[in-house]
Amino acid sequence: MTELFINAVVSGLLLGGFYAAVALGLSITFGQLDIVNIAHPTIVIFGAYIAYILNETFGLDPVLIGLVFAPVFYVLGMGLYRIYYYSFERTGQESLSGLAFFFGLMFIIEVCLILTFGVDYRLVSAPYIGQTWKIGFVDFPLRMTVPFIVAVVVTLAVYFYMSKTFQGRAIMAVSQDRLALQLMGADPVKVKQSALGIAIATAAIAGALLIIIQPIEPSVGRLFIGRAFAIVVLGGMGSISGTLMAALVIGVAESLISTFYGPSWAPAVSFGLLLLTLAFRPQGIFGRA
Amino acid sequence: MKINGFWIGVLIVLALGYAFTFFVDNEFYFFAVYVVLQGLIMAVAWNVLGGFTGYVNFGSAGFFAVGVYTSIALNKAFALPLPLIIVASACICGLIGLGTGYLTLRLKGVYFAIATLAMAIVFETVANNWEYVGGAAGTYVLQPENSFFFDSYVEFLFMVMVILAVFATALSRYLSISKIGQGLAAIRDDETAAECMGVPTLRLKLISASIMGGLMGIAGAPFPFFISFVDPLSAFSLLIAVNAIAMPMIGGTAYWYGPVIGALLLGTIQEITTVTISSELNLLVVGSLLVAFITLAPQGIAGLIHDLKNGRQKAKDKSHG
Amino acid sequence: MAENILVVDQLTKKFGGFVALDSVSFELKENERLGLIGPNGSGKTTMINCVSGALFNDAGKVVFENQDITALPAFKRAKLGIARSFQIPKPFHSMSVIQNLLIPLEYAAWDRVDHHRLQEEAMEILELVGFQDRANENSASLTQVDMRKLELSRALAAKPKLLVSDEAMAGLSSSEVDEILEILFKLNDRGVAVIMIEHIMRAVTRFCERIVVLDAGKKIADDIAENVMKDPEVERAYLGE
Repeated sequence: MTELFINAVVSGLLLGGFYAAVALGLSITFGQLDIVNIAHPTIVIFGAYIAYILNETFGLDPVLIGLVFAPVFYVLGMGLYRIYYYSFERTGQESLSGLAFFFGLMFIIEVCLILTFGVDYRLVSAPYIGQTWKIGFVDFPLRMTVPFIVAVVVTLAVYFYMSKTFQGRAIMAVSQDRLALQLMGADPVKVKQSALGIAIATAAIAGALLIIIQPIEPSVGRLFIGRAFAIVVLGGMGSISGTLMAALVIGVAESLISTFYGPSWAPAVSFGLLLLTLAFRPQGIFGRA
Repeated sequence: MKINGFWIGVLIVLALGYAFTFFVDNEFYFFAVYVVLQGLIMAVAWNVLGGFTGYVNFGSAGFFAVGVYTSIALNKAFALPLPLIIVASACICGLIGLGTGYLTLRLKGVYFAIATLAMAIVFETVANNWEYVGGAAGTYVLQPENSFFFDSYVEFLFMVMVILAVFATALSRYLSISKIGQGLAAIRDDETAAECMGVPTLRLKLISASIMGGLMGIAGAPFPFFISFVDPLSAFSLLIAVNAIAMPMIGGTAYWYGPVIGALLLGTIQEITTVTISSELNLLVVGSLLVAFITLAPQGIAGLIHDLKNGRQKAKDKSHG
Repeated sequence: MAENILVVDQLTKKFGGFVALDSVSFELKENERLGLIGPNGSGKTTMINCVSGALFNDAGKVVFENQDITALPAFKRAKLGIARSFQIPKPFHSMSVIQNLLIPLEYAAWDRVDHHRLQEEAMEILELVGFQDRANENSASLTQVDMRKLELSRALAAKPKLLVSDEAMAGLSSSEVDEILEILFKLNDRGVAVIMIEHIMRAVTRFCERIVVLDAGKKIADDIAENVMKDPEVERAYLGE
């Protein structure tokens, strides 16, 4: 029983680390820029399919593919912000039309993936998938451990970028302190554009990690919408460290539920937590009161 | 005058619907129109909260599915007649709308949007695990023998759907031209200003959310009898959620007739593309139309018509003055 | 002796650790014209938010026409007769000018107007403001000064007994300021008490019978305009030491 419990907690932590990578981009867009990019998880799936193609064709390592494609996604993200800015934000229509826009975008990406790849599950091959380290009775399947490590490193990198560099601080200031931003001499549109770029870039990496962990099909992204939003809201909207903590909590909670009650209940965990948080503590568990 | 025009239209639609059951034999047409009307009710429902009040509901499929499963459960447990089942589904979904609204409508609108999304998934998980109504494997629902004075049960369901669609449209029209509708429009434009002008914003938002939920419930209630096999995949279909947003957005959210235009247009296009091309491509058409309209014509078709009329009026005024 | 229409008693409002209003009290008589001034961040806007119900205060009382309204939400206060205009105009942008006025007539003033004369009531207010030929214009496309006029006329349509005007003149030219002042005077002639929050001192001294000065969340002066202007503490608050 204890062994089962500890193993469930460990695999929850590993899973949670990966969730942080998925939620990271949303934490920047939703938490800091106030852009409700509901399509983010689907963009993660898009990243996963890129990893799948290149792994299948050239046998490249999925993590490497994710890292190489991050700059490409950065550019895509900047382009996306351009469209969003000119169509909605500039005219003050982001609340209704902006939301619906990302919803439509999510839908288009998903359908395009279905049309190209069908609804069969796809997976990647890498030497570490299938291996498991054991420390005592605790299992560390590398399929989970490698994504965990990469995700935590990426999250920490974004954390330090946000808190230590000029550009990063400008992003943190863009939603909270317009005056400070002006004093820094930064153009809010450019700052937001690069912030959305970074957010989408993390989706390329998160996608590569996802397809290491589990086989995917196009509609898997929908399950991550609630998870990612739950993590961002629980983590206190835009706090990177809060996002990591919340992701670990959700990961462990899901892992415990699926170990002891069965995996079919796991999706309800994050969504239920999200609903409760929204209802009773919208500033998040790890946010400031 | 205008009121008469609308009610005459209602009578014509009801009469046409009834005549349709006499003169059309091919069941395919009943199925096709049923699906279009179901989309219409969902679109009208979504628009009561989304278009009139400015709060986006991403979880339309969740409300719809609660209607579907309420219907299955009541049918299985008590074998209630369909009208009662529809009323019960409307009440339950209305209460869910009220509850979600009460918990999240005091926050910024985007939280409501996310909460509805989350709620849909929670319901889907429950449906997947609730064996009584079929669980993940799904369940068969037998059509009752009695099809009243129609030739088949499908024709009966078709007529029920026509009546429900007319009811939903009339309710939404009443809302939009009434004092409540003006209050909702004020909330959509500027909630703080509305509150300071005496509009009881929370109360109106809750009314709007309950009506939205209730109408989605009535759209879902006849569905199990229509499709005869229900599993969570068909009840929580993403297409239902997308259509509920896309139809009003394309038709025009600010007017009661916007979602009606959008639903008839988009619904018909979908029926045609599904038959002639493929259902995936049909989804792509919906998504692309949605994004194209939001970016290029955010007021939708009704908005374009409205501008056109206004433009003519202004030109007229100028030539006279 | 005129009755007190509004009594603010020991009002305190905190945001986290920051005390925005520290036990402020003042009264307003029926049909009085009161100026509420103070440097930026002194708590003026917080004060009117607490009076109009946009914010709830942490301690103290707000009494309107001898009724304690401290716990009432904003829309109920609007129904009782407290109207406000916003510093940054907040028109109902999807509606025409006259439709903007119909909202408060249908809600805030509903118990006090003839339900069959709403259109006429709205037109009368537009005439008072000199806006009658703009009635069907789209409210989103108005100029800055016209937006301010719409703000004021929409507040009037709520049939208030007390109007709180929040910097209705910021950024306007001298002749436009006079236009707005004229509207406020007309209103006051009809028996409406006015609290004016303003940075333009010329307008405050011309319009207000009495001035309350806030500084860092505390009331530092409350007297007729002439005396307040000479008050050394007020001078210090504005000019610094």
